Parts: sequence; structure tokens; C-alpha cells
Amino acid sequence: MRRIIAVLLENEAGALSRVVGLFAQRNYNIETLTVAPTEDPTLSRLTLTTIGDDRKIEQITKHLNKLIEVIKVVDLTEGEHIERELMLVKVKAVGAQRAEVKRTADIFRAQVVDVTGSTYTVQVTGTSGKLDAFIHAIGELSILEVVRSGVSGLSRGEKVVSL
Amino acid sequence: MERLSGGDMLIRALQDEGVDYIFGYPGGAALHIYDAIFRQQRVQHILVRHEQAATHMADGYARATGRPGVALVTSGPGATNAITGLATAFMDSIPMVVISGQVPNALIGTDSFQETDMVGISRPVVKHSFMIKHASEIPLVVKKAFFIATSGRPGPVVIDVPKDTTDPSELFEYSYPEAVKMRSYSPATRGHSGQIRKAVDLLLTAKRPVIYAGGGVIQGEASAILTELTRYLGFPITNTLMGLGCYPATDPQFLGMLGMHGTFEANMAMHHSDIILAVGARFDDRVTNDPEKFCPGAKVIHIDVDPATISKIIAAEVPIVGPAQPVLTDMLALLRERIEAEPALLDRAAHAHWLEQIAGWRRQHGLDHGLMGQGSNGAKIRPQAVVQCLYQVTGGEAFVTSDVGQHQMFAAQYYHFDQPRRWINSGGLGTMGFGLPSAMGVKFAYPDAVVACVTGEGSIQMNIQELSTCTQYGLPVKVINLNNQALGMVKQWQDMQYGGRHSSSTYQDSLPDFVRLVESYGHVGIRVTEFADLEPAMREVFSAKLRDRLVFLDVSVDPEEHVYPMAIKGGSMCDMLLSRTEQS
Ligand SMILES: Cc1ncc(C[n+]2csc(CCOP(=O)(O)OP(=O)(O)O)c2C)c(N)n1
Ligand SMILES: [Mg+2]
Repeated sequence: MRRIIAVLLENEAGALSRVVGLFAQRNYNIETLTVAPTEDPTLSRLTLTTIGDDRKIEQITKHLNKLIEVIKVVDLTEGEHIERELMLVKVKAVGAQRAEVKRTADIFRAQVVDVTGSTYTVQVTGTSGKLDAFIHAIGELSILEVVRSGVSGLSRGEKVVSL
Repeated sequence: MERLSGGDMLIRALQDEGVDYIFGYPGGAALHIYDAIFRQQRVQHILVRHEQAATHMADGYARATGRPGVALVTSGPGATNAITGLATAFMDSIPMVVISGQVPNALIGTDSFQETDMVGISRPVVKHSFMIKHASEIPLVVKKAFFIATSGRPGPVVIDVPKDTTDPSELFEYSYPEAVKMRSYSPATRGHSGQIRKAVDLLLTAKRPVIYAGGGVIQGEASAILTELTRYLGFPITNTLMGLGCYPATDPQFLGMLGMHGTFEANMAMHHSDIILAVGARFDDRVTNDPEKFCPGAKVIHIDVDPATISKIIAAEVPIVGPAQPVLTDMLALLRERIEAEPALLDRAAHAHWLEQIAGWRRQHGLDHGLMGQGSNGAKIRPQAVVQCLYQVTGGEAFVTSDVGQHQMFAAQYYHFDQPRRWINSGGLGTMGFGLPSAMGVKFAYPDAVVACVTGEGSIQMNIQELSTCTQYGLPVKVINLNNQALGMVKQWQDMQYGGRHSSSTYQDSLPDFVRLVESYGHVGIRVTEFADLEPAMREVFSAKLRDRLVFLDVSVDPEEHVYPMAIKGGSMCDMLLSRTEQS
């Protein structure tokens, strides 16, 4: 099962490499990883997605918690949560394709953020599933370049991951 | 406030931490630090002959005392030589602080001379690591390093020190912090009372209980309370390789070591148990054999200070996160309260029957501890007999360190440890070359104690250069070399699994004359080839006359010997080979 894990850690040199190293060392997978400082510049917030059964996820969260710089670890997928990913897609857009791409973007509530005579760059946000669907709808053949931010997430409701 | 250079602050911080010995080896990036050592008396530096040995000495010191060991190495090759020792300590959760010199900050990342990314290269084998960015951080970083190394589940910590941060010409205000608090690190200090209650409920239902105790009991200073609890309940107890000595081996409730080369009765008792109380043990693959077939009728109570260890391999019915000592103390108090109120809660009849069943297993296939009395009938000396002889001659009072191989297993099987911290070996990583330097670390910690290193002619050659360090510091450790002229454990596996094809496991014709070798370092060497000479020679090794000498006893043992019992690969804990021809 796919899981979204939120990690609050000290914003210190080397902390991220310990998180990434842990995954390599213990043969866990990282599907996506995003990290940036929070409103408190001494803290970083990291969101990662991985795949595993309950037992594996339990091990992952326990080992993350063991890292000295890690302050909190929450498996967001255990409860109601919000996940978002941002994607920029550069697509071939000539002739009839131009209107087609625009229409597809509208359906996905995506925005065209850059235009040339032969390309559109489209920005799509949403769940990873929605982003996959957009790529599918556009058709791989017309895609020139894709960049995705990886998933960010937090819990729904009043629950927070903080100090 | 005092003003000190970074180098002086580092050594001063070690003094303030109560460090008495640093085991190390100098080099360019560490020279400011070495000069700081020279200009003081409180911390003594021990010059080794190889950085790996420095880390094992610090490790042996830590295992024997419970206090963190300290090693100091230079950058580049000094740092990489320390990696095996870090990994050894990491696998066995040993508190250690390794300080490595580093090239100056300005040169980091430029492939400068003797530069290596120590923090990166050591990352998977340390509990934590620090890189000093500025000299003023030194006192706090040292404080944190010792705190992390010694608290929770202990482990090695690296402090990488770029040369510019120890510059003698730049002075900073020095004060050593009283304590540290880290918002991201707060190891458990007590067990959850609800979980302890559940564990007690479960223990009281047991008909065929067994206590399975490991190194965590020793690290957690919980041997006394574990012994008290075990005796109070009257339950049988087994120890892991790392746990030997946490319960008195000569006590009738003790079943010996369990696992791959554990006793028949310990492994049978585990397999047929209904309740397992696991304390500070981690269900290592050398214990469980195939986890799918592990103890089919048993419910597990698992106490460990590291939550990640619990239910990692075997799911625990009752997990208890916390240090062994307070958890067992709470558990025993509750047991007493419950049993005193209602003595019938313990099914003593069932337990008596269970202990009788175990005694039967022991009678059937228990280890034979009487080899010395049987003579040899002209046969080659059995390595097991050498360990028994060592046990008798030292009265079971020695610190025994070991290397890795058959000799290690024989030492674990046949030397009875009645006290914690007396058996010192690399259980998790299985590091050949550990035995001699770790014995030296023990000897520095306890100069008056008897310290014996049980080794093999393969392992001893992996750090034999330390005989020179022993000469320099006058360290009278005793080395008992079970010389079977082969990488015996490798050869045993080749006998069993590869049709006796001894691929690169023998070297009879190229072994040194160990007696002359140790004599060349100024030590005493004694060779034994006949059984009749074994006991007198062993007595000589430990005689008052040679008390202040390093003595190397080179015993030619039967090269055909195998270690038994041995777990049958892919089986359960009760599937064992018992000799070349028998299996359980
Ligand atoms: C550094 C290292 N390299 C290789 C091994 C694999 N190994 C395990 S036991 C062994 C043989 C040890 O030979 P010796 O020290 O003579 O002990 P014996 O088994 O003969 O008693 C080897 C090579 C190891 N444990 N450590
Ligand atoms: Mg050998």
C-alpha cells in the first residue's frame, strides 16, 4: 500500500542525508520526497511517499524516529489527509493540438504558464493520481518534459504535526 | 571565563567528561589535538599500531566498564581504518566516541590530501555523527556526543574535527555544559505501566515459560534485577551470545546459550515454550533460525529500549519499550504483589514438570563439561578442553575476550560466566581481530584483573601488531590461541555444505612460529602440542611468576573438530546437528 509519511526534523546540515541513507540501507523504497524549512527556520518538514505493508511501514516510522535529528514522524495515510503535488508539463502544441491541450488543461483546472509558437507549459496541481491522469489524457507522445514536485501533505481537521 | 583554543577545548571537554584514556594514532589533521594532549596530564593517550585496534580497545574498555570508550584518529586513512571498529560497536550497541581529524574547512570538498567524507562514510554504522563547523561549538558537541552515545540504546558517535577548528592561535571562551536537552532526542526512561501489567498477566498463565535475555540486560545494568526476577519465578533462562553473564551461568535455572551454536536444551526449551520473556534481545537470525518456524506455540513479551527492535522479526504479544532495569523492577514488584496475594497464580506443578523435561534434554544431549578429566587417550587436544582448562585455572573469574570462529563458540559454550561484562566478543558484526585489542582495553580499565583473549591463529593475525602496543605499555594480557591451522569455522561450513572442498580456508605451511613471534616483541610464548602438557602450561600462563608478562599460549588443537550443536539451515530452533552423525 502507498503511504504518505510526514517528518519534522532539525534543519541541520546532514539531516536529510540520514533520512535518505536510512531508506537505502534498509532496502526501503522512496517514491517521492519533498523537503523545505517550515515557518520556524530551525525546522524542516519532509513529506515522503513509500510503498509497503503495515509491518514495513511500522519499521520505517520507527527507524525514522530513531534518527537523532528527527522530531516527529506521522503516517498521514492512517487518517483523513490532504495531499498535493505540483507538476509542470511542457507539451508540443502546433495546429489543432493547441486547442486540444488547452481544453484538457481546463478540464484538469490546470493553467498554461508559458507559451511559445510550438509549445505550451502547463501547471497542474492535485493528488498524484490526478497528475497521472493528466499525463495520460495529454498523451505521452506530445509530452516534451515533465517535472513533478513530489507529494506534500498534512492531516485534515484539527490535527497538526508540530513541536 | 577561561579562553582556550579549539584543540585545548576538545581535550578539556574530554577531561570534564571524566575520560581517562584515549586510544589513538596521530596524523596531520589531528596534530593540533595531539599537541593539546601533550600539554596536559589528566587524559592519557595510548598509541596503538593500527586505528582499527584503537576502536576495539575503546570498545573493550566500554564493554568491561559500561563507560564510553574514546578513540582518536587522523583524517583520510586514519578515519577509514576506524570504520570496522565503529561498525563492530554499532552492531552490539556499545557506547563509544570516535574523534577524527579532518582537513581544514576551506579544503573540504576539494579532494585535498587525506580528505575523506568521514561523516558520510560512517553514517550507516554510527548512532550519530557531528562535524565541527566552528571551534566555539566544541564543548556542546562533545557533551551531546557523550550523551547520545551512552543514553537510550547506546552506540558509537563520531565527531569529525576540521583542522582549522583546533588552531592553537585562536582562543575562545570555554565552559562545559552541565547537561544537554535535545528536543529531537528523548529516549524512554520507564516502561508503560499498562504494558507491564499485561506482561505480568501473561507470565502468570505460563506453563512452559522461558526467559530469553540478551546484551541489552548488560548494557542496561539490569543483571541483578533480572537474576532476582528469574529466581523469584523459578523460570528457566537462556542467554544470547551477547547476554552471557547477565545471569549466573552456574545457576541450575540457566540453560546455556541459545541459537545457532546454543545448547540442545536451550533451543528445545525455546521451541516448546508457551511464553517467552525476551529482555534486551533482538531475535537475531543466528538465534531464531527460520522466523516462520520460530517457536510455534509461544507468545512473546518483548522488553527493549529500542522500539524499532520490537516486532521487527517476531511479532510481540506484549511489547514494552523501556530500559531493562526499571521495567524489570516494576515487573517484579507487580509479580510479588499478585503472587503474595494469591500464591496459586503460579502453576508450580506445571513449571516443575517443564524443568524436568528440560533436564531430560540436557541429560540427552547437553554439553560435556568434563573433558579435562577424561584425558586424551593419545588423541589430539580438543579445543573445548582448552576452554574448560582455562575456566578451571582462572576459577571462572577472568575477563574473556574473543575473536570470531570456532574458538569463539567454544569459549561461549564452555566458559561459565557468572557476572556481566566478563565475556567480551563481537557478536553482531563478527569481527575477526577484535579479541586482542579489546582485551587490552579491558586491561587498561582494570589493571589488576585477569584478562584472557581466546583466539584462533587466523583472527589473532588480524591485529597481531598490537603486541607491540602491549610491550610499550606493559600490558600483561594472556592470549590463548586455539591453533587449528585453519580458518576453522569456514572450513566447518565447507565440510558441511560444500563437500569438504576447503577453498581458501587453510594455510598450514605459512603460519608463523607464534612463540618466536611474541618473543620478538618481548613477551612470553608457550607452545602446547600434547594433552598432558595443557594444564601445567595453563597454570604457568596464569602463575604469579608471569603475572606482569604478556603470555601467549599456542595450543595445537584438533583441526578436524566441528562446533556442535549447529542449527540446521532453514529449520526451526529445535532442528540441530548434534555431531557429525546425529541430528535432533
Ligand atoms: C574480518 C573478518 N573476515 C572474515 C570473517 C569470516 N570468518 C568467520 S570465522 C573465520 C575463520 C576464523 O579463523 P580462526 O580465527 O583461526 O578461528 P577458528 O574458526 O579456526 O577457530 C572467518 C574467515 C570474519 N568473521 N571477519
Ligand atoms: Mg583457526
